Amino acid sequence: MRWSAKPFGVRPVIPAGDDAIFMTGSVVSVAHTRGTGGDEVADKPATTQADGDAGPARGRLGRFVGLDARPVNLDGFSAEDHDAGLVAFESVHDPKPSIEMDDEGRVVLLDGVPAGDFDIVDAYVAAHGIDTSVALEVNSLPDLELARLIVDPATPREEVVRLAGGATPAKLAHVVARLRPVELQMAIAKMRVRRTPSIQAHVTNLLDDPLLLAADAATAVAFGFRELETTVPVLGDAPSNALAVLIGSQVGAAGALTQCSIEEALELELGLRGLTTYAETVSLYGAEQVFVDGDDTPWSKAFLCSAYASRGLKMRVTSGGGAEALMGAAEGKSMCHLESRCVALARAMGAQGVQNGGIDAASVVGAVPDGMRELLAENLLVMLRDLESCSGTDALVSESDVRRTAHTVPLLLAGSDFLFSGFGSVVRYDNMFGPSNFNGEDLDDYLVLQRDWGVDGGLRPVEEARLREVRERAARAVQAVYRELGLADFADKRVAEVVLAEGSRDLSPLDPIVVLKAADAIKGRGLGILDVVRALERTGFREEAERVLAMARARVAGDYLQTAAIFDEQMNVLSKITDPNDYQGPGTGYEVTAARRAEMAGIRQQRSRQDLLERQSAGAAASTAGHFRLIERGEAAPGVDPREVCVGLSPALGTKLWQTMSGLPVGEALRQILAGLEEEGCVARLVRVRATIDIGMIGLTAARLAGSGVGIGLQAKGTALIHRRDLPPLACLELYSIAPLVTKEMYRALGANAGRHAKGLRPVPVRNPSTEQAIEARYHAEVVAMVAVERDECLPGAPPVNLKVVT
Amino acid sequence: MKRLALSGRPLSEITLEAAARGDLSAADLRIHPGTLRRQAEVAEEHGNPQLADNLRRAAELTALGDEELLAVYEALRPGRSTRAELQAIAARLEESSAPSCAALVREAAAVYERRGLHKPG
Repeated sequence: MRWSAKPFGVRPVIPAGDDAIFMTGSVVSVAHTRGTGGDEVADKPATTQADGDAGPARGRLGRFVGLDARPVNLDGFSAEDHDAGLVAFESVHDPKPSIEMDDEGRVVLLDGVPAGDFDIVDAYVAAHGIDTSVALEVNSLPDLELARLIVDPATPREEVVRLAGGATPAKLAHVVARLRPVELQMAIAKMRVRRTPSIQAHVTNLLDDPLLLAADAATAVAFGFRELETTVPVLGDAPSNALAVLIGSQVGAAGALTQCSIEEALELELGLRGLTTYAETVSLYGAEQVFVDGDDTPWSKAFLCSAYASRGLKMRVTSGGGAEALMGAAEGKSMCHLESRCVALARAMGAQGVQNGGIDAASVVGAVPDGMRELLAENLLVMLRDLESCSGTDALVSESDVRRTAHTVPLLLAGSDFLFSGFGSVVRYDNMFGPSNFNGEDLDDYLVLQRDWGVDGGLRPVEEARLREVRERAARAVQAVYRELGLADFADKRVAEVVLAEGSRDLSPLDPIVVLKAADAIKGRGLGILDVVRALERTGFREEAERVLAMARARVAGDYLQTAAIFDEQMNVLSKITDPNDYQGPGTGYEVTAARRAEMAGIRQQRSRQDLLERQSAGAAASTAGHFRLIERGEAAPGVDPREVCVGLSPALGTKLWQTMSGLPVGEALRQILAGLEEEGCVARLVRVRATIDIGMIGLTAARLAGSGVGIGLQAKGTALIHRRDLPPLACLELYSIAPLVTKEMYRALGANAGRHAKGLRPVPVRNPSTEQAIEARYHAEVVAMVAVERDECLPGAPPVNLKVVT
Repeated sequence: MKRLALSGRPLSEITLEAAARGDLSAADLRIHPGTLRRQAEVAEEHGNPQLADNLRRAAELTALGDEELLAVYEALRPGRSTRAELQAIAARLEESSAPSCAALVREAAAVYERRGLHKPG
C-alpha cells in the first residue's frame, strides 16, 4: 500500500460516509431476504398504473430495479476520456516508441521527446534505465513479435529480460497492450522473478493496540504470510506499531519481513533503527507534476533506495496505474503508458522490486474499459524489467464480490512473487490502509480457492488451538517487552481479550495516550532492534529473541538485498539468485510438492467419509431411542388389495444410514409417510428394494408390488417420490428431489397424495421445495458419502423383501 | 568468505549470548560496505547493473550517520536546495569517499536547474 497523508482522500469512488455503509448493508439484506425464499424486494417495481389507464406499463422494469440494487452498481464506471488520462491502454496522446543515441551511446531521444525536453522521469530513465546495447534491436521489433516472445514458453525468460532491458517505456506499454488476459497469465507464469510464490499481509488496527498488532502479526505468519505491512491511523504511534509487529512477526515461525508504511523520512528512520526489516513506501509516478506534488524526484528516491540498502534493508518502490489521473495530471497519457514509465524508472534507480497493479488508485483503473486487464499488465511490466513484483490487489476494487474476486483470481492462478501487496489479514474495519481486495473475512475463501485450483497462493490452514497459542504468545511477548522497556503496562486481562478478539472492536477501550507515550519513548530514547532482542531475552522469550536477532543478522549478511528475496521459515533466502523462476512450459517451474498439496488440501472444513458417517451414528442413536427397527419378512410378492400402497426403502435405510439430509431420523420420515397413507384409508406395505439405489427404480419396484399400482420410494438421505407401475422408471408422479429441505409435514403430504393416487384421485401435487442457495455445494460431500454406503449395501439381482417395523 | 559487520565483528559472533551480555553495539548489526560491494557484484553478474549501482552507492553511504543520511535525502527533495547547496553536498560526498553518490547529486542538480526544481533564490 502506498502511504498517503490522507489515506481515504484518494478513494473517490466509494464515499466513506455513513450513507455508503448504510447502502451496502441494505443491499446485503435484500439479497439475503431473497435467498431465504421471501418474495419481498426493497423497491417494488412501479408496475401498477393510475386507475383507468389501460395503456402500456410505465415505471421502472422490475428487472432493472433488481439489477440496480446489486452491489456492483455501487461501483463507479468512467467513460473513456483520453484527455483526462481515463484510458487503460493506448491513449491517442501516448507517444510512439522511439529511441536515438548519440555517438557516445547517450540517449538523446526517448519516446518522441528530445533530451532537451526530458522531464524528470525521461531524464532518469534515459540516463540509467535503458540497455543501449539492445535498444535499437528491441525497439525495431514489431510489437506483436515481442509480445509473442514474451508469452512463448520456448523463448527463455533470460532472452525476454535481455530484450526488455533495451525497450523504452512506450515500447513495453504497447507490447503488453497486445496481450489477452490468458496470455498475460502465461507471461506472468514465465516472467515472474522468484520460482516460489509468496504473499504479503496488512496488519493494522483502529486503536494501534500493540498487543493486538502482535497477535495479528503472529496470526498472519501462522497463515503463511511472509511480509507484514503495518501503518497507523495516528502518525505518532508509528514506532510502537513497528515494534509490536516486529515482535509478533517472529512468534511461531522465523523470517517474516515487516515494514511500517508512513511518511518517507520517518519510515527510513524506523528502518535505520532496525524496527522494520523492509520498506516499500517509496512512491513513484509517471508524470512529473504528480511526482513533485508527491514531494520527491527520481534522484531523491534513488538516494532513498541506496540509503535503505546502506543499512542492509530490503526495499521496493510503489507505483500503480490511475494515480496520475486521480491527481488530474495524467497529461492525457494512458494508465499503462504512465505505469510503464514508473517501472522503467524503478529499474533505472536500482530498486529490486515494485508494488503495483491495484494500489490506492486501483478503482480509477477499474472504472475504465479494460481496467482490470491493465492492472494485471502492470505486474507483468515489473517482471519484464526483471524486478520483484509485489502484485497489488491490496485495495478493494469493488463492492461486488464477483468483481473483486475476478480481479484477484487471474493473478492467483498465474502466480507472482507476492500475490498481494497487502492481503488484509485483519478484519476489514481494522485495516488502516482501507479494506484490501481480500481481507480477514476472506481467509477461508482464499484457502478454498487455493485448494480448488491446486495453486500455491502462499497461505495454509491453521488449527484453532495453534492460532490461540501464537496469539497469546505474541500478546504476552509485547506485554513483557513494553514492561521491560518501561513503555507501557498492559494488564493480563487485556492479553486475554486480545487473544479472543476478532478485531479491535472486541476490545475494551484503550487510552490513546498510552500508545502515543510508548511510541514517543521508543523514538525519544532511540530504542532499536538490539533493545528489543535484549528485552525479549530477559523476559523469557528466548526463541523470539533469537529470531529477531536473526533478522538483524540477515541485514548484516545482505543476501536479502537481491531481487525478490524472502526468507522461508528456516531462514533460507529465496530470491532471483537462489530460487530463480525456471518456467518453460508444462512440467517446469514451480511445482506444488506433495507435502504442500496436503497442507493446502487440509482445510479445517474438509470431511472424510468416516467423518460424515459419524453424524449418521448420532442419527442411529436418535432412531433407536425412538424404538425404530426394521425386520425382513421374506421375499415380497405383488399384492392384490387395491388399497395397498408399497413404500420401497433404499438398501441402507435403517440398516447403515439413520438420518436424512434434513436431519430427520429416517424412522420419523417413514412414520410421517405411513401416517399420510393411513389418513387416506390406504394399506401400507414396506419393502426393501435391495437391487438398486436409484430412487426412480426403488419407487417403481414398490409400485409394481403394490395392489394399487402406486408406490413410494424413499432413500436414506431423504429423497422421496411417488411412482406408478405403468410409468417409465425416470418418470414419476411427484418428487422431493432436494432432500435437505424436506420437512416432516412434507413427508406426510407425500404419503397422503400417494394414497389419493392409489384411489384414482388427482391430488394437488406437492411442490418440490426450491431454493436459491448453493444447496449442492453445501450437501454434496455428504451425499457422496451416503450414496457410497447405499452402494455397499446394494445386492444387484436380489429380489425385494417385505419389512416389518418393530417399535 | 567470512562476513563482517560494519564494526568488524564476524557475523558468527552476533549471537543472543553476546546481545544478552551487552557486548553488541548498533554497529555490530550494520552491514559492511564490503558486503554491499560483493552483493553489487552478484547483482551485476545476474544482469542487473542498476541494482549493482544502487548497492555500490549504499556501500558508500555506510560511512554516513543516520542524521546525515536523512539530511541528504531531504536536500534532494523538490524545492529544498539551491543549485549551490546541492553542489556543496556533492562536494562533501566526494570528500567522504562517496563519489557515485556525489555524481547522483550533481546529476540531480543539473536536471533540477532545467526543470525548475531548485529552491527559489
